[in-house]
Amino acid sequence: MKKALIPLVIFAVLVVFLALGLTRDPSVVPSPLINKAAPTFVAPQLMTPDKQFAAKDMLGQVWLLNVWASWCVACRQEHPVLMEFAKTKTAPLIGLDYKDLPADGLKWLARFGDPYDVTVTDRDGRIGIDFGVYGVPETFLIDKAGMIRYKHIGPVTEEALRDTIVPLIRELQK
Amino acid sequence: MKFWLVLLLAFQCALPAYANEAMPLAEDPIVEKRLIGISQELRCLVCQNESLAGSRADLALDLRREIRTLIKDGKTDAEIMDFMVSRYGDFVLYRPPVKPVTWLLWFGPFALLIGAVVVLVRMVRQSQSNKHPPVMDATRRAKALALLQDTELPK
Repeated sequence: MKKALIPLVIFAVLVVFLALGLTRDPSVVPSPLINKAAPTFVAPQLMTPDKQFAAKDMLGQVWLLNVWASWCVACRQEHPVLMEFAKTKTAPLIGLDYKDLPADGLKWLARFGDPYDVTVTDRDGRIGIDFGVYGVPETFLIDKAGMIRYKHIGPVTEEALRDTIVPLIRELQK
Repeated sequence: MKFWLVLLLAFQCALPAYANEAMPLAEDPIVEKRLIGISQELRCLVCQNESLAGSRADLALDLRREIRTLIKDGKTDAEIMDFMVSRYGDFVLYRPPVKPVTWLLWFGPFALLIGAVVVLVRMVRQSQSNKHPPVMDATRRAKALALLQDTELPK
């Protein structure tokens, strides 16, 4: 009787593993940068290319870095969500126009609206590499000490904002 | 008919014009050789089943350019690997390092193998101990003899 149960137990274990495997998205790679200092960068601003933006100027603030591009289709999907988020003034939202022509980026913002407090250009993707960006859009939550606390891969959704990102911002702002 | 033939020939003449001379791979073959060695060990994050050496994804191009710069800066292979791992995690390595998180990955298959061998040995032993030596008492022996000699069975 006990022996007859062995295949059933093996089957059950297999089912659990497979079920867990199905719920995970293989394209989401956990970032090793979580709870590490965000890479420092200085780069020209998209709106005013003669002005530079330095990441260290944001020290003391909890802020979001949203990596986007005009050629990125999923960015268009998350864009209205970011527009709504910007209205709430929860935290500064900095855009990183990743591997994009400044003219295209500007056109994109003019057409769909600009949710960003500042947009920084990353023409050759060098800043993106330092942040371990491997697909746009990606969003980083950076705390007052300049540490990356959370990374959202893929388009930011209303649910992700409401359930994860905004509560985390509020906690870090304390 | 003739017109079409001529047209076809004309096209054939035009075809090689599309082909270009193969571009030289790089200005420095030593750097390129190291680049290939390193990037074959790294996974492209966009198309996860391709190595960084084989991928034509935009990110792979950028990362190869980055590695090329690092090589020219005189960084060692280990330093370059660290550069990649610190940004993209162990996932970029096709051969993940042995550490507590990856123990299951590295030793799991061997643990399974040992487990299977243990079960097998037990099963074989059990089936052997189950075999009782056949009992041959006088009546059975006589019966067998009778069968062999094809005579009447003793009553």
